[in-house]
Amino acid sequence: MPKRHWPLYLSLALFLRLLLMIGLAPSRSHGAPSQTLMDAPRQRTQSPIVTGTSVIGLKYKDGVMLAADTLASYGSLARYKSVERIRPVGESTLLGASGEYSDFQAIMEMLEDQTQEDRNMDDGFKRAPAEVHSYLRAVMYNRRNKMNPLWNYLLIAGVNPRTGGFFLGSVDHIGTAYEDDILATGFGAHLALPILRRRWRADMEEGEARALLEDCMRVLFYRDCRALNRIQIAKATREGVLVSDPYTIETSWSLAAFAQPKAGADTDGSW
Amino acid sequence: MFRNQYDTDVTVWSPQGRLHQVEYAMEAVKQGSACLGLTSKTHAVLCALKRSPNELGSYQEKIMKIDDHMGISIAGLTADARMLAKYMRTEALNHKYVYGTQLQANRLATDLADMHQRCTQSYVRRPYGVGMLIAAHDATGPHLMETSPSGNYFEYVAMAIGARSQSAKTYLEKHYQDFPAASVDDLIKHGLKALSGCITGDKELDVASVSVAIVGAGQAFEEVQGARLQAFLDAIEVEGDAAAPAPAGEPEAPADVPAPMDEGIA
Repeated sequence: MPKRHWPLYLSLALFLRLLLMIGLAPSRSHGAPSQTLMDAPRQRTQSPIVTGTSVIGLKYKDGVMLAADTLASYGSLARYKSVERIRPVGESTLLGASGEYSDFQAIMEMLEDQTQEDRNMDDGFKRAPAEVHSYLRAVMYNRRNKMNPLWNYLLIAGVNPRTGGFFLGSVDHIGTAYEDDILATGFGAHLALPILRRRWRADMEEGEARALLEDCMRVLFYRDCRALNRIQIAKATREGVLVSDPYTIETSWSLAAFAQPKAGADTDGSW
Repeated sequence: MFRNQYDTDVTVWSPQGRLHQVEYAMEAVKQGSACLGLTSKTHAVLCALKRSPNELGSYQEKIMKIDDHMGISIAGLTADARMLAKYMRTEALNHKYVYGTQLQANRLATDLADMHQRCTQSYVRRPYGVGMLIAAHDATGPHLMETSPSGNYFEYVAMAIGARSQSAKTYLEKHYQDFPAASVDDLIKHGLKALSGCITGDKELDVASVSVAIVGAGQAFEEVQGARLQAFLDAIEVEGDAAAPAPAGEPEAPADVPAPMDEGIA
């Protein structure tokens, strides 16, 4: 066994380190089975992270109304319980969003830039909700074509400032866009739409419309595990747009099935 | 032509505070044959005099459609106008795709004026040698706007540009109070009467040398041609020479003198 020569070992170590510093060292990943993050194929958003659940909307006698709860979930965790998912856009449009909350914030920034530009032009032109809807359709479809979607399902509601006509439309994260008298996103499409279909009328008074939306939000809170009983309702009328402060809806848990979910049944835990 | 040492570059000021190259570009607009526009509460009308380079040649088109709600009439270098028209059509189409509605005319005019302005501040580009009248009907009603190589743009009730346009301007200034309540037909007649003052020598307005286009509420941009146009020409002839003002005295270059670039100027 050769005698150890410490100064030589030391200088060799320093030399290798020098090579490493100036980038001459042989690539460690070369031929190695494991890939670094930079070598891996580039991936875009494949699922949302912080999410809001359903938004529901309907037209009524004097305008259009939207409702949403104030929860932003982190996976199944009820992470942020006081976020506003319905926002005004300009003077006559409302935007409600389910899906990735940060993407909704980015969309709001785009729309606020546009609203500011409209204001700066000062030419008397008023943007209609249908234009906001069409714009968002173009944005969402463009982003999905870049394989980098904004992960939201949006409801756009408002009153056309030129004609006074009511507008309610939706856009999803791949740019599918349509209009209807009643709309619901996410779980709402399964749980709230049937209720809306049964009870909605075009000539509903504001109070009736509000009560219907609250009933829908209550059912969603009972059955959608990502929903909250703290909600906001917003309306767009010919007088303008108004988003309510968040408030808590009444719930009742006195039903026997709620109180004793497994009573009298040998189930696997579900009732 | 008058020259001086400060006119070789757009970006160089003369001591008098002028940009000569920009002013030369505006001169190209004055060399172009006349065109004018006028508006009522519901409609906008464009009228233009077309030139033919040759007895056997076709007339150079003066009016171009941009979209269903908008069109332009041009005076100056036609080739430059075609570039700008292409840009305008693209913008109008893009707006229709993104917003689903028609582009506001004043916003397009602003963008267009910005394009003109950029050329007045860069030595790598030449100012566009074209003046434009934009007639449109959008969400805020009928509009008539003028753009010029200097980057200025204005909205008008009625306006005329191009060779001998002073005569038309005088007519329009005299009659503009009748325009807001006027029908489209009356607007066209006013336009043709104003245009008749811009014509050279012994020539007369005829279907081949005149372009008329209308746009308005419930009326897509459309050129009035053939028998329809002839009817208007006949009507103003019947209504008498009293309406046609004597050509006002603006000392302008005689437009029919052959210039090196005459073919490109309409």
